[in-house]
Amino acid sequence: MPNTMNQVATLTQVTETPNALAEFLRGLPGVDAVGADQRAASLATRSIKTESKRRAIDLAISMIDLTTLEGADTQGKVKAMCAKARHPDPLNSEVPHVAAVCVYPDLVAIASKELVGSGVAVASVATAFPSGRADLQTKLSDTRFAVSQGATEIDMVIDRGAFLSGDYLKVYSEIVATKSACGDAHLKVILETGELATYDNVRRASWLAMIAGADFIKTSTGKVTPAATLPVTLIMLEAVRDFREQTGRMVGVKAAGGIRTAKDAIKYLVLVNETCGPDWLTPQYFRLGASILLNDLLQQRQKMITGHYSGPDYVTID
Amino acid sequence: MNQSFEYSPAPESRAIVNLATSYGLFIDGKFAQGQDGAPFKTIDPATEEVLAEVWGAGPKDVNRAVTAARKAYNQTWRKTSGRERGKYLYRIARIIQERSRELAVLESLDNGKPIRESRDVDIPLVAAHFFYHAGWADKLDYVGLGSSPSAYGVAAQVIPWNFPLLMLAWKVAPALAAGNTVVLKPAETTPLSALWFAEICQQAELPNGVVNIITGDGATGAALVSHPDVDKVAFTGSTEVGRQIAISIAGTKKSLTLELGGKAANIVFDDAPIDQAVEGIVNGIFFNQGHVCCAGSRLLVQESIADAVIDSLKRRLSTLRLGDPLDKNTDIGAINSAPQLAKIVELAKSGELDGANKWQAPCQIPEKGYWFAPTVFTNVTQSHRIAREEIFGPVLSTLTFRTPSEAVEKANNTPFGLSAGIWTEKGSRILQIASQLKAGVIWANTFNRFDPASPFGGFKESGYGREGGRQGMLGYLRPRGK
Repeated sequence: MPNTMNQVATLTQVTETPNALAEFLRGLPGVDAVGADQRAASLATRSIKTESKRRAIDLAISMIDLTTLEGADTQGKVKAMCAKARHPDPLNSEVPHVAAVCVYPDLVAIASKELVGSGVAVASVATAFPSGRADLQTKLSDTRFAVSQGATEIDMVIDRGAFLSGDYLKVYSEIVATKSACGDAHLKVILETGELATYDNVRRASWLAMIAGADFIKTSTGKVTPAATLPVTLIMLEAVRDFREQTGRMVGVKAAGGIRTAKDAIKYLVLVNETCGPDWLTPQYFRLGASILLNDLLQQRQKMITGHYSGPDYVTID
Repeated sequence: MNQSFEYSPAPESRAIVNLATSYGLFIDGKFAQGQDGAPFKTIDPATEEVLAEVWGAGPKDVNRAVTAARKAYNQTWRKTSGRERGKYLYRIARIIQERSRELAVLESLDNGKPIRESRDVDIPLVAAHFFYHAGWADKLDYVGLGSSPSAYGVAAQVIPWNFPLLMLAWKVAPALAAGNTVVLKPAETTPLSALWFAEICQQAELPNGVVNIITGDGATGAALVSHPDVDKVAFTGSTEVGRQIAISIAGTKKSLTLELGGKAANIVFDDAPIDQAVEGIVNGIFFNQGHVCCAGSRLLVQESIADAVIDSLKRRLSTLRLGDPLDKNTDIGAINSAPQLAKIVELAKSGELDGANKWQAPCQIPEKGYWFAPTVFTNVTQSHRIAREEIFGPVLSTLTFRTPSEAVEKANNTPFGLSAGIWTEKGSRILQIASQLKAGVIWANTFNRFDPASPFGGFKESGYGREGGRQGMLGYLRPRGK
């Protein structure tokens, strides 16, 4: 685009004062909730069969951020999950590895050790996940620690309280600071759309994160219901699509939480395909944050090869 | 691993539809070959393959059908209580739901519309219309005509090919609920679902003669509406034919409702929810290949956002999938007939000659069958033919406006007045603009949504009378004793 540089400059200018930023975000076109829900529902009726289903399943596996974010997580649990991330189906080496594992910062070291040379990235949540209720210094040291332990991707949460009270500049500054604390690590910004409540807010938060330098925008922590939904993901995909048109920069989208079945995962891929096009259909630009989804994908994959369902004992539970 | 995500073919099974090689007329509860007239073939517009042979009813056949309807009215139906009539309608509605899958496939075969639409829109609405009107049958005192209003008697109904079974439901359900008997003629190119509906009437044990289905072309329709023993005529179709019907029954006792053409304005203001407006524009004009009388065929977009909207629209149209109507992923099916395709081609040509800019979505056109790629004209002015005449195809004419009053003027500057759409996030503007538009149906921030409880009909050359809702019931009833 000829005037891309100008537009980048304009977008930086909108962050110079709180009012300019608020005006910019409120000036984005609104989202009609009924229409957005309808569009997502109509894309969900796409029928993905045979060869396209086979490819979609492998693509979905390769886009998974295999996640464990429990207070009860242990080194043993993380090791087991890393083994699964490398070889999702131990009996079939054709199954691709997942995109990343996602753990708490204190378990990053063990995960990066387990995944050396595997091509699987290590992602860590940070910035006082999941609530984000801490001072900036704590959030930044949380981030630096995760990076120092070997995390190459950081999943930060935004300050939803600040966002909902209209203090957009605070949210913006925290993202900028976290991005800088990340160094070379990729930054995924979790909007926690379940707490933002309206689609207009989802669109505004998406733009706010992208202007602040997010490499990915992510729906949810998985700790709040609703987590990822098709319409919310649709709105975020529209945002990254429009952001590229304006600035030339591609931002990824991660749908996380509540995606449990292969059928659901394929609906998300259709959404990506028909909203942003094939450029986004790669683990570099689209991720699925999930845990039990992987096993359903594996079972569906086996079913496509053998023609019958194997049952839960034929996939590993790690 | 950047790869394109091609959808493999996902065809709905054609085998669930068992077609006979030929069909007779459904008169007095029985299928029988016609006595005059001649057979004709109905084809699948996506493949040009012959689906079945049906009978083109002649004047004798029309007379038999009207006689059967009169007899059923006098001997059975007028003596059947509202509650009993309601039971039959509920039964029909349930059978339609049970057989929805085969009806959807049949409709897509005969009409060319995508299975996604026949499955998710047409057939569910057909059932909804019967359910809704079943509820009216024993509540006619509340329709607004005083206690115990009277049915007309025999209703002659002629329907178009764009929503064959849905148009049948719009006509038959209120007629039967109100206590009329019916002779219905489906369109020449889409007779099959009406004949299957006749089977459903048999299955529901509807008394003989209450519903009669006669197939045929315009001559059959003309014979039907001009039959002297018809009390009520209801027609949906083109404005030219509607005008002829109005002339032919002038001076008779017959009551008439007409639902005719349209050239709806879909008005997009600069504060509209753009992504949803683009979806609404697509649903407005490319739904059912644009074979929709209320289609949003004129896009009126505020000049300040016109380029952005047109760019988004083109990007969105590039994802539409044109092809086999039975494939579950098809968005745009076949044009219903060769003459309709010729008409679309001719009008599109006139758009180019008039100086508008034509853009077509890139898509592979199948070798056989009748197809037309989704088309957008920009730089259209009010004096171009494509801004005035109903194209009835997947062709959008785009005009711009600067102020709300200009939008209203342009929207109303048409001989038609069936529907309109308004896109803005500002509620007060919706109400202000809607009150000034001369159209029977106005959608706000959506388009082409239908509900049996909502009256549908037009202003000016789009016809008169309403279908659906309480207002629709008024078309089949008169005050007691009149």
